[in-house]
Amino acid sequence: MEPLLSVKNLRVEIPVGTGMLKPVRGISFDLQKGETLCIVGESGCGKSLTSLALMGLLPKVARRSGDHLRFAGQDLLGLKERQMAKLRGQDMSMIFQEPMTSLNPAYTIGDQLTEGMIRHQRVSRAEARDRAAFLLEKVGITAAASRLTQYPHQLSGGLRQRVMIAMSLMCGPDLIIADEPTTALDVTIQAKILRMMKNLQAEFGMAMIFITHDLGVVARIADKIAVMYAGAFVETGTAQQIFDAPTHPYTKGLLSCIPVPGKTERGARLGAVPGVVPSLINGVEGCGFASRCPMRQAACGSEPDLTDRGAEHSCRCVHDTDTLRNMEWEAA
Amino acid sequence: MTIIDSNEITTAPSPAQQMRRRALRHWGFLIGGGVLGLIILMAVLAPFFAPHDPYAQDLSQRFLRPVFLGGSWEHPLGTDHLGRDYLSRLLFGAQISLTIGFVTALISGVIGTTLGVAAGYFGGRVDTIVMFIITVRLSMPVVLVALAVVALFGGSLTTVVLVLGFLLWDQFAVVMRTSTQQIRNQDYVTSAQALGCTTTRIILTEVMPNILNNLIVIITLEMAHAIILEAALSFLGLGVQPPLPSWGLMIAEGKDMLFFEPFLITIPGIALFVLIFAINLLGDGVRDVTAPENRN
Amino acid sequence: MQYGPAAFNTAKVILMLRFLLKRLGLAALVALTVSLISFSLLFLAGDPAVALAGEAATEEDIEAIRTQYGFDRPIPVQYVAWLTGAFTGDFGNSYYFNTPVIDLISDRLPTTMQLGLAGITFALLLAVPLGVIAAIRPNSLIDRFALFISVVGQAMPTFWFSLILIVIFAVNMGWVPVSGSGTWQHFILPTIVLGYFATPGIMRLTRAGMLEVLRADYIRTARAKGLNPAKVLFKHALRNAAIPVVGLAAVQLGFMLGGSIVIESIFALNGAGLLAFESINRNDFPVVQALILLFSLIYVLLTLLADLLNAWLDPRIRVA
Repeated sequence: MEPLLSVKNLRVEIPVGTGMLKPVRGISFDLQKGETLCIVGESGCGKSLTSLALMGLLPKVARRSGDHLRFAGQDLLGLKERQMAKLRGQDMSMIFQEPMTSLNPAYTIGDQLTEGMIRHQRVSRAEARDRAAFLLEKVGITAAASRLTQYPHQLSGGLRQRVMIAMSLMCGPDLIIADEPTTALDVTIQAKILRMMKNLQAEFGMAMIFITHDLGVVARIADKIAVMYAGAFVETGTAQQIFDAPTHPYTKGLLSCIPVPGKTERGARLGAVPGVVPSLINGVEGCGFASRCPMRQAACGSEPDLTDRGAEHSCRCVHDTDTLRNMEWEAA
Repeated sequence: MTIIDSNEITTAPSPAQQMRRRALRHWGFLIGGGVLGLIILMAVLAPFFAPHDPYAQDLSQRFLRPVFLGGSWEHPLGTDHLGRDYLSRLLFGAQISLTIGFVTALISGVIGTTLGVAAGYFGGRVDTIVMFIITVRLSMPVVLVALAVVALFGGSLTTVVLVLGFLLWDQFAVVMRTSTQQIRNQDYVTSAQALGCTTTRIILTEVMPNILNNLIVIITLEMAHAIILEAALSFLGLGVQPPLPSWGLMIAEGKDMLFFEPFLITIPGIALFVLIFAINLLGDGVRDVTAPENRN
Repeated sequence: MQYGPAAFNTAKVILMLRFLLKRLGLAALVALTVSLISFSLLFLAGDPAVALAGEAATEEDIEAIRTQYGFDRPIPVQYVAWLTGAFTGDFGNSYYFNTPVIDLISDRLPTTMQLGLAGITFALLLAVPLGVIAAIRPNSLIDRFALFISVVGQAMPTFWFSLILIVIFAVNMGWVPVSGSGTWQHFILPTIVLGYFATPGIMRLTRAGMLEVLRADYIRTARAKGLNPAKVLFKHALRNAAIPVVGLAAVQLGFMLGGSIVIESIFALNGAGLLAFESINRNDFPVVQALILLFSLIYVLLTLLADLLNAWLDPRIRVA
């Protein structure tokens, strides 16, 4: 079956004073209709720029390139801004990290919810408002109709993020890209919002790309997981594969950082991945993780390819699968 | 592979060094400072430079044109309606403009900074009162009040300086108030208070040094403002009085010959423009050099 | 379901009224203080009767004038008398024309108002588009041009600029009259000078505001909705960038009206500014005093208007 979204070798480059910053260095994946892909990585690994690149919302200075970026049979790389704008909000939409600043303070919630739909689907204001009120209720906002006349500053962060989610659903898109949608929220609200997003996704049958640094969040919603490091995927697989049989040392390191109920003993030390992400100016030589890796060896001086480690499972490491599986994470 | 290595500690340049480096690369700062320095030098050395006595009249030599309009080198910038050497008057006029600028900035700076720092530091009722005074001052039409007062007290350099000094302190007060409010909430001020330092000491040693850069920027702005206003007052006949060679007065005196000898208004006008331009460049430069993050 | 604007909320209306009353009270207090200052200045400067009588007057003349104008009363009494008159629009009679001050001013004020409004319109029409384009394309040719205009504008004395414009457009080209009032052509050069004076500040603020707003997250949200670029720019960016500009424009208009004195004198435009200049030269204090008070009042009311406009533009401060 033709995937909804097929990304091949996507790159983002930003000219900086001393050369070329390469925050996204050739990533590839396929996403089927209704599927959820989680892209996991620490800050600065290029995951947010990946999402902006997919939406065509990169800052002006950034350059996007790749082999293809096929969405619903159409290669987005060749589209003009005008054509891209027709897709945005209508067929693919996005939820941002910062609910406090992502809504325009000067306009009502209702106005901001409806304007995209009015543009894309040429519906009347009243129809758009009905849809907005319906969706606000769907995302768990009470008294939805009267909320439409409120301004963003009158809502809490959690409510604003629900509004953002409702906004992304307005036109019934096939794909939603959510960039750390729960990071700025309280832990208690995080869980509610995640559950709600999962339910909505099932109800409306959308595909979702969920970007986060928090593996705990991933466990609740992912079908597929891509672990991103220094601008490239270092391990991809189904959620089960990544959690049950992590292969790449970085993935293992990340997993060792989260406590597992029943497994982690009280008082035991949680893991940590020491060191920092290498500079991405002018690209990375060799394996980007080598300096932080407990298993580094001479061969890490040249960057390994992403190789198959089972069905749908791949990993970017020079070591063979068995060695990796048997390795116990201990910081270098 | 380029990894940021924490062991490799490079000695960063000190803030003062960084500032000096930025200053030497900042064209506006260098040009503004250079031109202003040159004008100050010319004003100070006017008695030695000036080819003639700026007050010496020679009615047989009226309206001689400048060299570049076919005149002679005897009067490089020509002569005015009383046959006085225009270049000499221009050089001595610089003294007036600069005096006005510096003294006005000094008076208004003292008034405005005192009010602003007090309002920002003490807050509460002091702040309310100062804000009210600032509002009152801002609501008074400067030119009208200045003209009226000069007319009442009689036009002279001293009157003009005093009037402008007592009128142009509003920006000092507004900016110093905001700057002080920001500094006041910093931890080092709180800790100085906790150590039992006196208020005067805290203001002088903790607050003032940190608002100095903003103060310098406002000083340049208000100098320029005062110089323009003096020229305008003198131009309207209610500022510095003849025969003093104020540039505004020179433009007023040349106005009657506007249609025949436009150089009479062009030359002092350009001098005024260049001076203001240089001061503004310097002010913008100081802001960029001392606080590059505030640049837009 | 009902989606119309929220039903009138009595609490909000009361809050709004309180805000208005507080600001009006402040305006009154400011005007009172200004009037006190301008009134005291008159007496600080010496005996108004002496000034009024002229240089050739005898001691008896001065004494006669003193009783005629009531200068022999205690100063506070004179002030209160003047102030109570001012409340009812009675600013006394002009010394020079011997007609009510209020008539003189109401004759001339419309011209100054027209000039001020034309000037601020000119400034906004020039400064806002330039500032917006400069912010969209930083370091472009237009950005540099805008910077040039603002730097030159800040360094150009208005009276000199006026003379240069007169030489070029009135004398050499003959496109507009040199001076005087009467037709709309007489307003062209004064409007340009007055407007150009306000341009640098408004342009810098527009540019800085747009630069900041265009980086805001909600602009990215608007683009993510697929709105067309013009809508993103005008609906989502400009409205937020306009908020500080409104305040500045109001203040500038106040300064312009006060500053019209220079321009009206140069162009012999028969407005309140020229009246002020002539009255100063004629020692016609009642007129000068009334004008100072009037310009102060206008300034305070303009800032109040700006606050109300901002409350309308920015819902965050609407109920504060």
